[in-house]
Amino acid sequence: MSDGAAGQDPVTMLATPIGLDFEFTPGVAQSKFLRGLSRGEFLGQRCDTCGKVYVPSRGTCPTDGVPTTEDVLLGNSGTVTTFCVVNVPFAGQSIEIPYICAQILLDGANLSFMGLIQEIPTDQIRMGMRVEAVWVDESELVPSLASVRYFRPNGEPDAAYETYEEYL
Amino acid sequence: MADSEVLHAEHRLEYPYARSTGPVIGAFLTALRDGRFVGATGTDGRVIVPPTEYDPLTGDDVGELVEVGPGGVIESWAWVSEPLRKHPLQTPFAWALVRLDGADTALLHAVAAGGPDELSTGARVTAKFRDEGERIGSMADLESFVLEGGAS
Repeated sequence: MSDGAAGQDPVTMLATPIGLDFEFTPGVAQSKFLRGLSRGEFLGQRCDTCGKVYVPSRGTCPTDGVPTTEDVLLGNSGTVTTFCVVNVPFAGQSIEIPYICAQILLDGANLSFMGLIQEIPTDQIRMGMRVEAVWVDESELVPSLASVRYFRPNGEPDAAYETYEEYL
Repeated sequence: MADSEVLHAEHRLEYPYARSTGPVIGAFLTALRDGRFVGATGTDGRVIVPPTEYDPLTGDDVGELVEVGPGGVIESWAWVSEPLRKHPLQTPFAWALVRLDGADTALLHAVAAGGPDELSTGARVTAKFRDEGERIGSMADLESFVLEGGAS
């Protein structure tokens, strides 16, 4: 057999990406959250029955099964509940490793979401750390979490474990 | 942006798999990159194209790789009047099972033709490879089959 024309090595690997292209429509509740992001705000919703505040809200309370109708504007700061330090490179990676990926419980919210932590050495991240969102410039705000560049320590003392233990 | 406007976003979920080809598929793909076809010889002497690593009847290793094609015969076909974005051709075409000259099994690929009236089971086709610099060792190195004699 020929080893291939022009002195090329024989083929031993084949790229076989598997992909799905789809169009996402967020619905009423998530659209409110996303439009909040385009104003530089975290907007959640409160359940009338249990009083919990969800951000982002899916429009219903997963505990009580009722619509969440009250919009709640949340602050810019929150608490790191859990985290991981990413050291492993992977395809499509857009952030330089190592970096910190954390669950953040915004003040006044009863649901944490995932965020990138920057401006701190990765060995100094800890549970209970108080952080704040750093937004993109106002002209670059979009109805997407891309409006939040990352979170960084806000200088406050760590939150007591009891304040977030329910969210681990 | 008006609050009444419905938000929507284009998403792509993709897993960038790569797989090792093994010696037989690797030889097949290497030949495609060279603008040729090879098949594998089964234990009963049949030529399997595209080649498998093992004889599908006995499970034994296949034998010698032999060159086949580039011409062949349409064994069956289906016309695609509205190609999808990921189809090999963006104009109407046929999916066809093509048994290459020298092969005993058929290969599935696109046949370019002006319309379904030009195609028939048993019609002679020949391979149209991409230009040499564009071939990378992939099934897509074969752009399509075309009717022999250039009816399209």
